[in-house]
Amino acid sequence: MSELTRLILRRILFAVGALLGASVLIFIGTNILPGDVAQAILGQSATPEALANLRRDLGLNEPAVTRYFNWLFSLLQGDLGHSLTNQQSINDMLGGRLANTFFLAAVVAVITVPLALLLGLIAARYHDKLPDKILSFTTLAAISLPEFFIAYIFLLFFAVQLGWLPGLAKISPQMNFWQQLHAVLLPASTLTFVVLAHMMRMTRAAVLNVMSAPYIETARLKGASLRSVIFRHALPNAIAPIVNVIVLNLAYLVVGVVVVEVIFVYPGLGQLMVDHVSKRDIPVVQACGLIFAATYILLNMAADIIAVANDPKLRYPRT
Amino acid sequence: MNRHNLLLFCAAAVVVFFLAMALFAPLIAPYEVGESVSDAWEDSSAAFPLGTDNLGRDMLTRLIYGARTTILIALAATLLSFFVGSISGLLAASRRGWLDSILSRTVDLLLSFPPLIFALVMLSVLPVNHFTLITIMAFLDFTRVFRLSRAASLSIVTSDFYEAAKLRGETTLYLLRHEILPNILPPLLSEFGLRFSFMILFLSSLSFLGLGVQPPDADWGSLVKENKDGIAFGITAPLVPATAIALLVVSVNILVDGVVNRVVRGDKQR
Repeated sequence: MSELTRLILRRILFAVGALLGASVLIFIGTNILPGDVAQAILGQSATPEALANLRRDLGLNEPAVTRYFNWLFSLLQGDLGHSLTNQQSINDMLGGRLANTFFLAAVVAVITVPLALLLGLIAARYHDKLPDKILSFTTLAAISLPEFFIAYIFLLFFAVQLGWLPGLAKISPQMNFWQQLHAVLLPASTLTFVVLAHMMRMTRAAVLNVMSAPYIETARLKGASLRSVIFRHALPNAIAPIVNVIVLNLAYLVVGVVVVEVIFVYPGLGQLMVDHVSKRDIPVVQACGLIFAATYILLNMAADIIAVANDPKLRYPRT
Repeated sequence: MNRHNLLLFCAAAVVVFFLAMALFAPLIAPYEVGESVSDAWEDSSAAFPLGTDNLGRDMLTRLIYGARTTILIALAATLLSFFVGSISGLLAASRRGWLDSILSRTVDLLLSFPPLIFALVMLSVLPVNHFTLITIMAFLDFTRVFRLSRAASLSIVTSDFYEAAKLRGETTLYLLRHEILPNILPPLLSEFGLRFSFMILFLSSLSFLGLGVQPPDADWGSLVKENKDGIAFGITAPLVPATAIALLVVSVNILVDGVVNRVVRGDKQR
């Protein structure tokens, strides 16, 4: 077995461990109260019958370890359980919402990735000159701003003042692709703005890092033009770190989506989760949390594997 | 004063301004907190410089008291996170062995998990109050402080001067106070500002989602949430607290960036 396969296997193993750990953390997180979860959900005025019913529904009469493994095994069989508030199967609740969230994330990724590459390259090409300075300042500001600040500025401008885009991202399966795209354009541009800033800064850093290598100086000294140096010498070597950056930012997108979905009342997974946190509907929260965590962990794993596969230097542990 | 210094000065002024606002809230607020003084969402006027909110309360008063809640919780969470993070990092680096393994693996696990999602999971069962918010935020964030503190301490406990002090027969307390602490403090301090601004954003997001500070208390995130329905009618009330959050976070970041740059440059000159 080559060193590379062994490293990749080890990374996959770590991801599986992290997934298991995430499930344990989510389970502990929802069982952390020293008292009785049922009491906490229903409040002090709950009748004893209601408490007993809820305890039975949550399986609280069994020990925590048994409950965890019951939950885990039904998860592995693809059964996420039932909602406490409306007794609906969580699988049915999630289906359409998951698709909506991935649709939004996909739209953002399609807009952001080429744009971030282009802007990152421009900033690196004009390093320390005006375009770079403008881009650097704008992205620094964008990173420091809360998502809802950007979202409300966009809303006020594009939906209220200009009336170009719908302020509420209502989406339904009956709509065709273009209608759906039109509906998500505002939340998508908000997310694009936030993610683009991170992605562009990291792309710029990756290209500049390569540009400081001695072989780039050689290329410059032999008389190659700056454009040729960037596109023929630097870019091929910067691609691995850039791909890594892109995947890492997609993982970031998974979290950013929560706040943005709530702002635009978009029927996605994030909005579902926030709704059910305030309703204290624990099974739904656990299921959503696990899906978010799994997406995040898998994307991070992909980023690491891409980095290791492309950069032999990472295959040897630093001493 | 050159342009860079001017920017730093403005950032510092903004931070001091908001800190003073939080500290002297009852003295400078023009109205009682929570007092309905007018119709909802009035434009700004001499009586209400920032207009009124969704229940006709003076926005400036809400903002001033909001500064207090936001800064208090974010600061408390950052301090707790640094207290736990730096001590556990130091312990892990100096003891090594099983303690280090357990702490490091736990932190790896916590970091492989989006903090907002985990906070939501815990808030679905915990009662939401200042105490749980501070604890949850600190718990999710101590991981980064731990890594920094562990890495910084590790480079010291493996250094020659530390070995020499140990061979001199110095006590653990002496080693801690005179060898380790002075050396890990600078990186920790510059991290402090960044973590603080992250905490402000984190708390604001939670409150905006309705899962952070609960009424009748209100931080800046809650103010955005309370007034968000106005935006559909072109009312800019939610932008007022949102701008305050943005301004404070950007200023803290600029300040940290500037101070760190200066320290690094100063080191090089020496």
